[in-house]
Amino acid sequence: MARMKFLCDADRCIECNACVTACKNEHDVPWGINRRRVVTINDGKPGERSISMACMHCTDAPCAAVCPVNCFYTTADAVVLHSKELCIGCGYCFYACPFGAPQYPRIGNFGSRGKMDKCTYCSGGPLADNSAAEYAAYGANRLAQGKLPLCAEMCSTKALLAGDSDMIATIYKERVLKRGYGSGAWGWQTAYKETIAT
Amino acid sequence: MRSPLRSLVALLAVAMALSFGTPAIAQQQQQPSSVNPTASSVQERQLMEALRAGTPGTGTTLHGRITIPDTNASNLIQPQGQAWRSVHQGLMHWIAGIAILGMLAVLVLFYMWRGKIRIEHGISGIRVLRFSVFERLVHWMVAGCFVILGLSGLNVTVGKFLLPPLMGEDAFAALAQWAKYAHNYLAWPFMLGLAFMFLMWVAHNIPGRIDIDWIRRGGGLVGGDHPPARKFNAGQKGIFWAVIIGGSALSLSGFYLLFPYYAGGVLGGQFWNMVHGVAGVLLIAVILAHIYIGTVGMEGASEAMTTGEVDLNWAKEHHSLWVDEGAVKATIHPQAQPAE
Repeated sequence: MARMKFLCDADRCIECNACVTACKNEHDVPWGINRRRVVTINDGKPGERSISMACMHCTDAPCAAVCPVNCFYTTADAVVLHSKELCIGCGYCFYACPFGAPQYPRIGNFGSRGKMDKCTYCSGGPLADNSAAEYAAYGANRLAQGKLPLCAEMCSTKALLAGDSDMIATIYKERVLKRGYGSGAWGWQTAYKETIAT
Repeated sequence: MRSPLRSLVALLAVAMALSFGTPAIAQQQQQPSSVNPTASSVQERQLMEALRAGTPGTGTTLHGRITIPDTNASNLIQPQGQAWRSVHQGLMHWIAGIAILGMLAVLVLFYMWRGKIRIEHGISGIRVLRFSVFERLVHWMVAGCFVILGLSGLNVTVGKFLLPPLMGEDAFAALAQWAKYAHNYLAWPFMLGLAFMFLMWVAHNIPGRIDIDWIRRGGGLVGGDHPPARKFNAGQKGIFWAVIIGGSALSLSGFYLLFPYYAGGVLGGQFWNMVHGVAGVLLIAVILAHIYIGTVGMEGASEAMTTGEVDLNWAKEHHSLWVDEGAVKATIHPQAQPAE
């Protein structure tokens, strides 16, 4: 099976935020939650770069390690998903996650954390694929339909790549080779303990 | 009409060409022929190294600017999560295990060595009021909350290793969900009771010279005699201050965990979570000793918090000055018949 990853080519990202919008729309993400966001580093300075970031679906995911109810699981495609049936909204995955992916709707007592929500790599959750219940809880399941995550699919500059690790790494390497520069695969060292040699 | 307008447009065009065009031409002449757009581009590796080295000006996380309203999302990478994970999944288990299992082991050994501390002069039959209804109500409110808070707190730390094999993942998650609700709601009566406890007992718990003597003589626990004490002896004062200080630490850190947006983002959450965990298991250990000495460890002690009345001989042996100073005179049970 594939090892699904995200790769944001910061030299191509123009901070249009279309991935953010597409994600919110595709999954009907609740108010106050953004499964994906674009962060601009060194804004306004020479060499500023924008990076689109969401859950990186880590190898040895910290969220899964600290979860007190073991609600996380890794799919055959190496996508890190979680069960909202099991999640108790304790907040531990938010403390552990290097990328700030887990977020909580403020629906609990005193406006505290509800059940955690994060990027599903457009592959739903533990419920039946593409069922209404799955859509309501986790959003669309494009992977089960043979499609890749929408954020990457509709990226206007093809900065955001989604797909099998080897395939997107090859695409990125070819780009770097052709244009002669590349600022690297952001977050890969943290998420996968490896980076793309260019 | 036309010619003045046309001349105005022409004038504007010249002005624009002068203001924008000239520097652009100058820049073009200065720049080298081939441009490397990444020459000054920000590199993740450099940023992460600066972060790890604690270079001034880099801040605590790899962060930038975002256009969505959630300012927490401006953190791109926070490596501290890895450290928190290793504390939560490693060190915290050791602290909890040593504090709680260690205290239980000490108590079992102490019981085997010392046995139940008896009332030396036997039961007199004269009952003395030690704690009023209000004092007992506050004590049991705090105690009841603490038992559930402690168990539900341990549940999110070590529950997943112990309970799922017994009941299955689904039942365990449902239990953990209710435990979380209980933890979040019972925190409030716990804090209220803690405040009442402080107000009504602080005057009796100011450390004094008498406490040094009590500690030096082993407090009747290790030594054989009964050093004098007022309403609360040094051991009980220790429990009081452990509950007040530990309870306050738990309340403050718990508040920041309930309302993470006041805690200063994810790093604040990690910090207060560790404070909460350590304070929690230490206070659980202290309270285990408190439960021991109040029940199986000492004859005639538990009545103080159940009926509110203790035997006069118990009071004379453990709180001699409290009896001598007349604090109990008026509260001798009217129906009680003196043994002598």
